[in-house]
Amino acid sequence: MSDDTGDKLPEEFPEVTPGTEPDATDVTPENQLPVSPEALRPEVVGERRGMFGVQGSGDTSGYGGLVKPVVMPGGAGRPYGGWFDEVADALEEALRGGGVEHALEKVVVHRGEITFFVRREDLASVARMLRDEERLRFELCSGVSGVHYPDDAGRELHAVYHLLSMTHNRRVRLEVTCPDADPHIPSVVATYPTADWHERETYDFFGVVFDGHPALTRIEMPDDWPGHPQRKDYPLGGIPVEYKGATVPPPDTRRSYS
Amino acid sequence: MSTAYDPYAPSPATASDTSTGRVFTVTGQDWDTVVQGVGDLGDEGHEDHVVVNMGPQHPSTHGVLRLILELEGETVTEARCGIGYLHTGIEKNMEFRTWVQGVTFCTRMDYLSPFYNEATYCLGVERLLDIEEDIPEKAQVMRVLLMELNRISSHLVAIATGGMEIGALTVMTIGFRERELVLDLFELITGLRMNHAFIRPGGVAQDMPPGALDQIRDFVALMKKRLPEYAALCNANPIFKGRLVDVGHLDLAGCLALGVTGPVLRSTGYAWDLRKTQPYCGYEDYDFEVKTWDTCDSYGRFRIRLDEMWESLKIIEQAADRLAGLEGAPVMVGDKKIAWPSQLAVGTDGMGNSLDHIRHIMGESMEALIHHFKLVTEGFRVPAGQAYVPVESPRGELGAHVVSDGGTRPYRAHFRDPSFTNLQAMSVMSEGGMVADVIVAIASLDPVMGGVDR
Repeated sequence: MSDDTGDKLPEEFPEVTPGTEPDATDVTPENQLPVSPEALRPEVVGERRGMFGVQGSGDTSGYGGLVKPVVMPGGAGRPYGGWFDEVADALEEALRGGGVEHALEKVVVHRGEITFFVRREDLASVARMLRDEERLRFELCSGVSGVHYPDDAGRELHAVYHLLSMTHNRRVRLEVTCPDADPHIPSVVATYPTADWHERETYDFFGVVFDGHPALTRIEMPDDWPGHPQRKDYPLGGIPVEYKGATVPPPDTRRSYS
Repeated sequence: MSTAYDPYAPSPATASDTSTGRVFTVTGQDWDTVVQGVGDLGDEGHEDHVVVNMGPQHPSTHGVLRLILELEGETVTEARCGIGYLHTGIEKNMEFRTWVQGVTFCTRMDYLSPFYNEATYCLGVERLLDIEEDIPEKAQVMRVLLMELNRISSHLVAIATGGMEIGALTVMTIGFRERELVLDLFELITGLRMNHAFIRPGGVAQDMPPGALDQIRDFVALMKKRLPEYAALCNANPIFKGRLVDVGHLDLAGCLALGVTGPVLRSTGYAWDLRKTQPYCGYEDYDFEVKTWDTCDSYGRFRIRLDEMWESLKIIEQAADRLAGLEGAPVMVGDKKIAWPSQLAVGTDGMGNSLDHIRHIMGESMEALIHHFKLVTEGFRVPAGQAYVPVESPRGELGAHVVSDGGTRPYRAHFRDPSFTNLQAMSVMSEGGMVADVIVAIASLDPVMGGVDR
């Protein structure tokens, strides 16, 4: 954390006693937050309006004005608990040794799983360290999964990697984001050859371009398919089905209960 | 789509546009025309190699798998897979159904091991709901029982189809004979032979039906007589060994680099099994061994599958003993906001229903009716976050990456299917070998295209 943040505390953490100025104790390194408040903030990825999925027919439920943020779990500060700290220590040490100490955006610990948010430009070197460093040894990449958050401006597309260390019997998750306008993420095929098909699949379904992939082509959809079907703005499709005189609309036009 | 659209019209890019050599269309029984044609090409032809497209419709490719093989004589110089012929958008569909309905979709992915698809998805949802500790013991034991029965049926198909592909038809017939017994048990317990949607977030859908434990014990006793038949038929059979030994070689470093798990990884001598290393559903309470073989070849994978069926029988016996002591225990979490509201029974009209439950919601309690309606139509909400709880399926590590945004439907459910990952190893396993060995190598991977393409 830089020096000038000491005298303007973030608004989320107001002084308890009104009129108390931050004194020398507040700005000493021991009393500073271990990570920047920005990283600890829960990630708002969108907002949910109304209830019961009512759309286009006016507000008959009385809940139409309801607006709730969609919040993903926020970052965690030390200690993360259990072996998470060992892995984080080893990783940070390796990152410093490799000259990419700012590679981690934040660390999320949720439901007993640890997620490292990695800056996309550093993904390839972070993956290599995670595989080769003796205290880390994540030998197996369990694959790449894409997630599309259309309302998370500038971070619309996420690529999620699940890594397994058989040596230490541990699992971690890497998450990398990229904006929809510039959907490029470095490929990890050079480190984990198994990511070959998984990255092709993520490209096929989300349009994330994995730079450095040996042959990034569609894998599930036909080669000339327009669009990327797993994106949230891509319709599911379907036709109405008649059953015993009634018509059941296709699933993407049914009431969704937001 | 306009009415003028003709799906049968020739594509603007015809096959010959993308091909650099001469194209032969083989329809069966006419291989000599290709041999003749390649010979006639002379200098014009590219030396003496030929690119053969195998599949997607071919009995030996485990469903709609397309292989593109470059041959020099009978030696494979390059091999690639073409997949996607069975892609049905299951993951996308799951985003438009409730969390409970998701089970109905994912059970259809890897159709030979449906309980594993359901289990990994439900374990992920339960972790997000933070109810992992609340799952009743009986539900966990039933999950283990069903998964191990499923491992036997899946391995039987792997051995049966693998045998059929090398001409050992008796292996196929006895494999499917025994698999039918397992499917009968599934039908007894879940009501369906495949696509069960039986494991649900919070537990399982139904209690054990009366008499099921006796039938399971009979099955175990019968399998102990039948399994030695496979060993007697195959283990030392010179033709069988001649086709399988040293074919489809993949060592430990290759497995880890390519993310290959399951029997293929264990055939390198490495005893990695998630049931032991990262137990779920209470696997730490069962006594069984992780079977390995150290030959790195197709024969080792066959022997591992055979041995694993014995271990599964051991687990089934222990699970059946535990179930005998859990008569009448709950099979679903106590939280009524998650648990499905009724215990269904099949009525005379063949539909599942519970008359007691209908009497309760229609005649006694308005609140119960509202609750039933809300839970069935809207479903429950799952706190925002993501989870990944892999299980050891018959083919390796199967995991569901489940993402919730706090809504009543999965925001994203991605399945890491072992068939999809393991199939990448097809190239390294078969390049440099004979074309007939490609089939053996693929059979030893045991890919299920429903799981590959999802």
